[in-house]
Amino acid sequence: MMDELRELYQEVILDHGKNPRNFRHPDDANREAKGENPMCGDRFMVYLKLHGGVIEDVAFQGRGCAISTASASMMTEVVKGKSETEAKALFETFHDLCTKDEHEHCDHGPVDEEAMEKLMVLSGVRQFPVRVKCATLAWHALNAAIEGEDKASSESE
Amino acid sequence: MDTQILDHTTAFDVERVRADFPILSRTVHDRKGKPGKPLVYLDSAASAQKPRQVIDAMTRFLEEDYSNIHRGVHFLSQTATDQFEAVRVKVAKFLNAPSERNIVFTRSATEAVNLVASSYGRTFLNEGDEIIVSVMEHHANIVPWQLLQMEKGIRIKVVPVDDFGVLDLDAYADLLSDRTKLVAMTHCSNVLGTVTPAKIIAKLAHERGIPVLFDGSQAAVHGVVDVQDIDADFYIMTGHKLYGPTGTGVLYGKYDLLKKMPPYQGGGDMIESVSFEGTTFKAPPARFEAGTPAITEVIGLGVALDYMETLGREAIAAHEHDLLQYATQQLSQIDGLRIYGTAPGKGPIISFTLEGVHPHDLGTIVDQYGVAVRVGRHCAEPLMERFGVGATARASFALYNTRAEADALVSSVIAVKEFFGA
Repeated sequence: MMDELRELYQEVILDHGKNPRNFRHPDDANREAKGENPMCGDRFMVYLKLHGGVIEDVAFQGRGCAISTASASMMTEVVKGKSETEAKALFETFHDLCTKDEHEHCDHGPVDEEAMEKLMVLSGVRQFPVRVKCATLAWHALNAAIEGEDKASSESE
Repeated sequence: MDTQILDHTTAFDVERVRADFPILSRTVHDRKGKPGKPLVYLDSAASAQKPRQVIDAMTRFLEEDYSNIHRGVHFLSQTATDQFEAVRVKVAKFLNAPSERNIVFTRSATEAVNLVASSYGRTFLNEGDEIIVSVMEHHANIVPWQLLQMEKGIRIKVVPVDDFGVLDLDAYADLLSDRTKLVAMTHCSNVLGTVTPAKIIAKLAHERGIPVLFDGSQAAVHGVVDVQDIDADFYIMTGHKLYGPTGTGVLYGKYDLLKKMPPYQGGGDMIESVSFEGTTFKAPPARFEAGTPAITEVIGLGVALDYMETLGREAIAAHEHDLLQYATQQLSQIDGLRIYGTAPGKGPIISFTLEGVHPHDLGTIVDQYGVAVRVGRHCAEPLMERFGVGATARASFALYNTRAEADALVSSVIAVKEFFGA
């Protein structure tokens, strides 16, 4: 029982949850989208500086649980400098990681293996289905921001 | 020694009560055939567990007496109708309503509020009219009025609470005006546990001829409700929190009000005669019960109410109050734990946060210890905003909970603290 909890709340997650990276509102952001989980009240704004199809800067603000905050924080670290296409492929691959067994994972195009390795620490949510929405909330918002929409809901999960 | 009296006054026999609830003997998070943790169910404010008496009565009804009601001359139809209507009498008694004619069965408390908003609201409220609610309403007592607001242009006025969660009666009195056409107020907050002074609320409104609706979804579970003493115009409760099945809501209404209200839904069972030239409707309560109701579930609700009466509603309330006091005292000793709602006389509901830990994380971890609490906004977002929190954890106590379960909650919360180094 406690093993699964440790698996879910790895040290890296607790660290990102407590000290989120890129927790700010960049002045030069040109895209933003809100991510909201109506069940638990988690609410994030994800800010992007998109230039020529490349995410030059990404940051977030808001409030959420350790899982959603850590996931948002780690997301900002891994998608910075990526193209829109790469970021989307990362999202889809990460989504599979959180929701599917390994043999069900699909190919969503080339992804940064190093980034995926980093995101692996969040795979513990697989054992906690109600927490998947937490892990993917900021990613949904990122996706919405890239698409030019202003909000995403975890209910789309 | 008079044992007869002793039987009534000795402590509530919670172990005997627990034996009536089959689900309470299960474990959760079982792994590979190994039992996990005993279930510590502290989420009864969301929905209560059901005693075997209710489960058995529903099975028996389905096996032996089931039929549609209010139709047909055959034997079973009459048997089922008699049993269904007997529950209406029980509900009336439970609320001390003057008559079973005052009792409308709905599918939920939510539907009961929507019924009043739709039928009474649409007929008697107009643009510029005001409805008074409190900041601690459940969304079920906010959104139906907002729908009416969109349709009719009415205004919704909100009574605040103080930092303890006590309703600001002065503010309420100030909000009452000639524009006020209805007061719709919780009788017990599902987040703070605050019990509102229903009698005073009604009296102040009635001085201006304004009808009052109470959402008794929580209050009816934890105390004795007397709609005549309160002088409620509408009173709402829900069966699944009263140890009965889902699909059973109750609307109590004063008969002269029900009588002047148009139907809420149209269909079978609510009409006198139907023709394409014009249809006439039955008198209340039938007027508001279109379609086949949740017959089996209503039968189950009747048994649930019997169950509570047998234990004694005062005895239940005393037991729950003891648990509330004990759990509050134990939880308060945890450093960094904050309880929201400390109104005197509150119901057995404890909303809390733990510094440095999001309620959602707390909920996941205590669940691993078998402790079921609710985390989130509790369908009361405006109240969360009022207290400046995105979410809280909520432990709610029922007639089957024990002090040992309160201890299990406390030790699991301490484990959360250690886990997060909070």
